[in-house]
Amino acid sequence: MADLEEGFALTAVPLGSGPDGPLGVEQSGKTDQFLVTDSGRTVILYKVSDQKPLGSWSVKQGQIITCPAVCNFQTGEYIVVHDNKVLRIWNNEDVNLDKVFKATLSAEVYRIHSIQGTEPLVLFKEGAVRGLEALLAEPQQKIETVISDEEVIKWTKFFMVFRHPVLIFITEKHGNYFVYVQKFNSRILSKYTLLLGQEEKCVIQSFSTSVGRKFISLMSLSSDGCVYETLIPIHPSEPEKNQRLVQSQLLKSVVSGSARNGVALAILDQDHIAVLGAPLPASKECLSVWNTKFQTLQTSKELPQGTSGQLWYYGENLFMLHGKFLTVVPFKCEVSSLAGALGKLKHSQDPGIHATPHFVNWETSQGCGLGSQNSEQSKRILRRRKVEVSVQPEVPASTQLLATIQKDSEKHIEVELRKFLATKRTPDFHTIIGDVIIGLLGRCKAEPSFYPCNCLMQLVQTHVLSYSLCPGLMEFALEKTDVQILQLCLQQFPDIPESVTCACLKVFLSIGDDTLQDTDINMESVSDYMDPVQDGEMEEQTAFLQNGFSPEEDNCDSCAQKLKEKPQAAADESTSCPVTPKRAALFRNAVLHSAYSETFLLPHLKDIPAQHSTLFLQYLYFLYLKCSENATMTLPGTHPPTLSQIMDWICLLLDANFTVVVMIPEAKRLLLSLYKFVKSQISICSELNKIEVSFRELQKLNQEKNNRELYSIEVLELF
Amino acid sequence: MGEFNVHRVRFFNYVPSGIRCVAYNNQSNRLAVSRTDGTVEIYNLSANYFQEKFFPGHESRATEALCWAKGQRLFSAGLNGEIIEYDLQALTIKYAVDAFGGPIWSMAASPNASQLLVGCEDGSVKLFQITPDKIQFERNFDRQKRSAIGKMLVDRQYMGVSKRKCIIWGVAFLSDGTVISVDSAGKVQIWDSATGTLVKNHLVSNADVQSIAVSPQEDSFVVGTAEGTVFHFQLVSVTSSSSEKQWVRTKPFQHHTHDVRAVAHSPTALISGGTDTHLVIRPLMEKVEVKNYDAALRKITFPHRRLVSCAKKKQLLLFQFAHHLELWRLGSTVATGKNGDTLPLSKNADHLLHLKTKGPENIICSCISPCGGWIACSTASRFFLYRLNYEHDNISLQRVSKMPVFLRSALQILFSEDSTKLFVASNQGSLRVIRLQEGGFTHPRAFQPQSGTVQSMCLLAVSPDGNWLAASGSSAGVHVYNVKQLKLHCTVPAYNFPVTALAIAPNTNNLVIAHSDQQVFEYSIPDKQYTEWSRTVQKQGFHHLWLQRDTPITHISFHPKRPMHILLHDTYMFCLIDKSLPLPNDKTLLYNPLPPTNESDVIRRRTAHAFKISKKYKPLLFVDLLDEKTLVAVERPLDDIVAQLPPPIKKKKFGT
Repeated sequence: MADLEEGFALTAVPLGSGPDGPLGVEQSGKTDQFLVTDSGRTVILYKVSDQKPLGSWSVKQGQIITCPAVCNFQTGEYIVVHDNKVLRIWNNEDVNLDKVFKATLSAEVYRIHSIQGTEPLVLFKEGAVRGLEALLAEPQQKIETVISDEEVIKWTKFFMVFRHPVLIFITEKHGNYFVYVQKFNSRILSKYTLLLGQEEKCVIQSFSTSVGRKFISLMSLSSDGCVYETLIPIHPSEPEKNQRLVQSQLLKSVVSGSARNGVALAILDQDHIAVLGAPLPASKECLSVWNTKFQTLQTSKELPQGTSGQLWYYGENLFMLHGKFLTVVPFKCEVSSLAGALGKLKHSQDPGIHATPHFVNWETSQGCGLGSQNSEQSKRILRRRKVEVSVQPEVPASTQLLATIQKDSEKHIEVELRKFLATKRTPDFHTIIGDVIIGLLGRCKAEPSFYPCNCLMQLVQTHVLSYSLCPGLMEFALEKTDVQILQLCLQQFPDIPESVTCACLKVFLSIGDDTLQDTDINMESVSDYMDPVQDGEMEEQTAFLQNGFSPEEDNCDSCAQKLKEKPQAAADESTSCPVTPKRAALFRNAVLHSAYSETFLLPHLKDIPAQHSTLFLQYLYFLYLKCSENATMTLPGTHPPTLSQIMDWICLLLDANFTVVVMIPEAKRLLLSLYKFVKSQISICSELNKIEVSFRELQKLNQEKNNRELYSIEVLELF
Repeated sequence: MGEFNVHRVRFFNYVPSGIRCVAYNNQSNRLAVSRTDGTVEIYNLSANYFQEKFFPGHESRATEALCWAKGQRLFSAGLNGEIIEYDLQALTIKYAVDAFGGPIWSMAASPNASQLLVGCEDGSVKLFQITPDKIQFERNFDRQKRSAIGKMLVDRQYMGVSKRKCIIWGVAFLSDGTVISVDSAGKVQIWDSATGTLVKNHLVSNADVQSIAVSPQEDSFVVGTAEGTVFHFQLVSVTSSSSEKQWVRTKPFQHHTHDVRAVAHSPTALISGGTDTHLVIRPLMEKVEVKNYDAALRKITFPHRRLVSCAKKKQLLLFQFAHHLELWRLGSTVATGKNGDTLPLSKNADHLLHLKTKGPENIICSCISPCGGWIACSTASRFFLYRLNYEHDNISLQRVSKMPVFLRSALQILFSEDSTKLFVASNQGSLRVIRLQEGGFTHPRAFQPQSGTVQSMCLLAVSPDGNWLAASGSSAGVHVYNVKQLKLHCTVPAYNFPVTALAIAPNTNNLVIAHSDQQVFEYSIPDKQYTEWSRTVQKQGFHHLWLQRDTPITHISFHPKRPMHILLHDTYMFCLIDKSLPLPNDKTLLYNPLPPTNESDVIRRRTAHAFKISKKYKPLLFVDLLDEKTLVAVERPLDDIVAQLPPPIKKKKFGT
């Protein structure tokens, strides 16, 4: 059901134009703001929701605007033509139209068209079309004549068909109508003769179009009061030939046949049209919404003070002249159903209580659409500069920063960087950050003494980087053995190659404890369970072992008997961390959490020296024991590695280095305890599987008990 | 509203057949589903997923493949080696053509839909030309040339090809030359057909991957595994800037417990079905423009038609199974109780009859007369009418042997309220009335057919006074006939959505019609117009929760004493509408499961609205009022169905 809401007049300035009405209403760059061109000398920018004008511009006395002002959506500038040939381009800041950019053209302009997503087009009265850019490059260029003598353009529209701009214009000559369709992707101009379906000669008073899948639907309101539809193929079979289009009647007697003026038509959606005009010869003029599918009048609104036969339609607003004022009527058209069209109210109120579930749209990758507007933007800026020479061209902050990096001192770079990071983030922020890092690394390579550690840390912590955005960074940090940056990178980057992860692991394993002592490493996640006593050197904690007795080893099998030779050491392993907390933090935070694929990681793990891999294994085993201390099998702290991550790494290390590890005496105890552990796991799993079967039987029994009652008589009260 | 004694019946041992194939038709937005018993069902996805048509199954006609071709023509092929085309208007099988290649395992239409390919047991692939009214054998490709046809014209072709121990369960051939295979080793493999190389291998399951379907745009596909998981794959750009795309496994869905035997991919949803008998329609959120209730997951388990009929006076229930009927007599009680009580039974329910039909065909419809003295049922080629005699506890059954020649099959059967007339709707839109007498029948007479219609009537309703008969087809409007004059009385204005249930109220002769979009209309037959109440309901609109129910109303009946009360039910609720009470609006609570406690009568009266809903019994296959104080509710708990299915693949919970 379509619904016209209460309209309101844009009253601030009455249009001094008399019965002719405004020249045009066009969208501006912002939603809700519209450019209204008076048929005299004035262009007004209205904000519709506030019902007030935001700006007003006039041409000099003696000049007259001949073509409605439009907004160039690509630059935000406004364009108007006065005295048929003079083009003016200005923007919001300009006050006087006389002082803005001016271009005098060699032919008379019929209309300027501008829509979102493409550059404005200038349609000349002789039917030629030019893009604005091309025209401004050479304003005095010769404009060819496309239409014949005495042919007059009656109506025109510009729109996008499958992302390609298409211009359609209709001409009249001695009561015959011709339709021209200009497609800009193929530069084809098709001409059609419009055959009027009706008997007697009728004057077409208004046109409107909508774009379908294969056809452009052209609707026309004739002077006999009927609406006709004409389908224009989007892909004509023979574009060069003059073809004929037949009109078919869509609605009968929408307006009074005798009405000579004040008649207009607009297509609202595929089923609804709006018609402006008097329904009966004597009646007042009305705005009515018709359903073309069911041929029913949906709603109507009387305009007692008369109107001008002009109707504009943008979004959810209809614009028309009512009396002396431009009036806005918001409307709603709902999908038409038979029930709705015939007056049965289809229940369409959205209760709005369904929260839409969150989902990932895999088809739009996150980074897409970046910088696509940039190139266009910069092109536009050129002409702006021509217009407002006084304004200092603004150099993007990123360019400045990149320049700073190349020459300034480390201190200065840091300051600049902080400034840059504090500014608002642009869509291409992460690429800029990537560029800055590459710039810094380039300078580092050129000047061995230059190492802006703090800057790099700050940049990595912006959370927008990935390995592929700054490929050299981790290699450089590895070279410098800067564990701090490496740790940050491992935490932040989602896409580190396995070889680099492994190289980091090697660095973490081989770096001396004393060097580690001096570096500042984020130990947040390990602080919870690392005993401060263990910091630094590993102290043997034998206090809770009495007489070398360890209860765990009671049920060991023969091979484990050997362990008893060094019971203290064995017990040690299970209770104290084999590495320093700092190193543990490196392992835990960084390496264990990083993403990897086994196939690619394994060959690199093989390169780790045996001692180091044993140490890492010991640490992993220690983590496992820590895990199994509580019922949930988790480690304390923020972002702890999961049990499966730990197990995966143990398996990986063993797979990669088993032959070597087996030969090392120090690893023997570790291997034995791992073996014992696996064995006990297997037996637990098999026990659990056995129990599961019996549980299932119990469950089945329980179900049968519930369902046994196949028939019952119950009392139910409905209230 | 009152208290009822509810006969809660759970002994209707109905088990739906497993789903074997699904085929989606983009043009009409319809889905064809075939089941293991050979039944083919058509769902209209635009009409709230209503099962608008069905073709009864046949024991020897196990369908292995189903496809749409030439616009909206539906073909199936199966283990009996025949290709069948269905007549979607008359609801019959148009013809069956033997492919002469043994059992058929696969079938596909060529991209231009003018040819049909079948893969046969003997390893041959046969090509049929689709002519306007039949299909014609064109050529045969034997084993060695199999690769050749792939290049020639096959867009998508499914075949069970045996490769040592690994069975390829399905193949998809994309227009860019990519071949996707799914196999018994749990792999989804993407091949390049030009070079014959493996491009990518996804191991998705420990069990078989049994089905695959590609979206019409070829930018996403879906596979179903024997573990009940459905995986969605999408063609996604490798990086934001490059145009290079690769197939990525994006979303897993676990809506099934058993093998997913068939999947389909509509532009906006993934559709899957399998051994667990559920049809699952999972809309893709990013493709759905309006995030309303239509974007919700749909799980369809029960047929959208009635399988139970009831003889109210004798308290008998007739259950319809695929190949037999069961007659039960309800028990009784002398006790009384309050809301929620289960009453002690003085007499338990009795299983009176087990009536098996001969032959391989499934039963299409069945009905017991209100007096309990007649039972009628029909298969695709035979019509059965039985006379029952009750002597104390003994029942004797007698088949009425001489049936008229024209009565070979029926789509819907209905007895008049006084059990003297039998109404039969058959194929091609014919509608007949038969006068029943002791030991036989007389006067088979036909209603005047609508000029030019071949639309088969699927739903019938007769007025309790026996004067009016309402009939509705799968799409056209509802026609009301004068039974005495055998003439069309009027036609209810056509509505966009199919009718799901019909009934005529006693005394007033108001026709109540439920549609698949959950609208309910009341139409006065004597006045030939919608009733005042119906207009009020339409003006105010139904409660949004009422409109969001996702199963259709399958039965409507009336309170024998209170003419203002209408009883309707779907699978998950039943509702007694009291027309005298105000209608609920969106701000009122439509359904309140809790009994009013500590509320004064004033408040209760103020918040009372016309829709008295109970969700206590579900899933419901049938609800009716036996008398003014007694309801019967036939429930079919899902657990009972699961218990009769083969066990699912056991997934180890512990260890790997």
